[in-house]
Amino acid sequence: MEIRTQADRPIEVHKFYSGAIFGAAALALVLQTFLPRKLPGADLLDLPLLVTLYFGLSRRNPSTGLLLGMAIGLLQDSLGHAPIGLFGISKTLVGFAASSIGSRIDVEHPASRFFLTGLFFYLQLIVLVVTRRLLLAQPETLFALNQLLAALVNAVLAVGLFALLDRLRKS
Amino acid sequence: MLALPSRHRSLALLAVVVFAQVLLLAVQIKRGDQVRLIRLWSVSLVAPVQRTVSWSTSKLQSGWRSYLGLRSSAQENAALRDELARLKLRNSELEGRAAEADRLAALLGFREAHRDVPMIAARVIGASAAGASKTVYINRGENDGLRRNMAVITPDGVVGKLIDVYSDAAQVLLLSDKESGIGALLADTRTQSPVGGMGEPLLLMKYVTNDEKVSVGARVLTSGQDRIFPKDLPVGTVASVRPGNPFQEIRVRPAARLDQLEEVLVLLSYQELVPQNAAPDATPRSAVKPASVPR
Repeated sequence: MEIRTQADRPIEVHKFYSGAIFGAAALALVLQTFLPRKLPGADLLDLPLLVTLYFGLSRRNPSTGLLLGMAIGLLQDSLGHAPIGLFGISKTLVGFAASSIGSRIDVEHPASRFFLTGLFFYLQLIVLVVTRRLLLAQPETLFALNQLLAALVNAVLAVGLFALLDRLRKS
Repeated sequence: MLALPSRHRSLALLAVVVFAQVLLLAVQIKRGDQVRLIRLWSVSLVAPVQRTVSWSTSKLQSGWRSYLGLRSSAQENAALRDELARLKLRNSELEGRAAEADRLAALLGFREAHRDVPMIAARVIGASAAGASKTVYINRGENDGLRRNMAVITPDGVVGKLIDVYSDAAQVLLLSDKESGIGALLADTRTQSPVGGMGEPLLLMKYVTNDEKVSVGARVLTSGQDRIFPKDLPVGTVASVRPGNPFQEIRVRPAARLDQLEEVLVLLSYQELVPQNAAPDATPRSAVKPASVPR
């Protein structure tokens, strides 16, 4: 794995075709609600997280990253039955953190994308658990086997998905 | 997308966005007692402030009331002090009047008991300017029928005699004056001897021989031989007895309070004072001068 810092070379800020971010986010949300009913084990996926993470890492602007995360998270909340704001808060923080990290290290390498996805999956999980405990008074397990499995699945998927989304960039 | 150039702005935006979503969650979430979290938080935030404000207000009000109460108390205290001073004065005045009433009642009682003897009540209005002489002035004079050498008494006993009479006042020579003298006798033994003043509170019984037995406490009465004081009026009691040469030295304590005279009776005629109960018809009613009180 090679992670080079900003000191080694300038970090490139990627731009995307118009509607790409909106379309990708909408597709991720639709699939997130559709796939678990059709595909066993698809409930482990968190496509909205992967989209948030990818555009945050690529755009490298913390403000846009957190706003994108907030929008996607709130939409994800609105499609579920949990109180609106749980995913909103977690994805806001993920979007902000991903944008901040993306402006400091190289996130183009598949390995770094794999590890970063796993890392941010757990960041989102921690924020969700803390929020649920503090606000909903619902204790939730942080380090369970299925969570680890979900982190691995999403990390693997991120490597492929991010490569696919790279095609939406303006050259 | 909104582009915010500054990193601090990003952090501020993050804080705002997260806070807004926390509030959003709080609006939706209900706790066990069906109270929305936002309300719970609001109450938790506001309650301490309300408590503080309420406590402060209560303390302020209490302090203000105490201050007002203190001011009111101080004013009330001053008013009460004034009232107390006035009442003390009034009380003193009333006590004086009560004492005067008692004295007048005694005079009146005495007067009633000797209804047949013409007498008039008088008020002592002054004392002698000369320290050595024992005289007082009374508020009755010639206009009231007073004449020189009339006897002056109180219900307790003999006071003295009139030595100068003016139109509306008269001077009384007290028994204690050095020039004063009165015909007297010892009540027990009927031993006669004049009693005179020495310029002191005690009187002197002058001519009682040493072989005459005189006891301390013996009563001394008027003998009537001086033709001024009727017989058997109280003069005093023997205070001390000492053998002398050729006569005993007998000191007599006056029956009347010569140093505290305020009201006296002046006998308008030389006439024996016999209480009416003892001799109800001793004197015709026509001889009785109408009773009067000091002016």
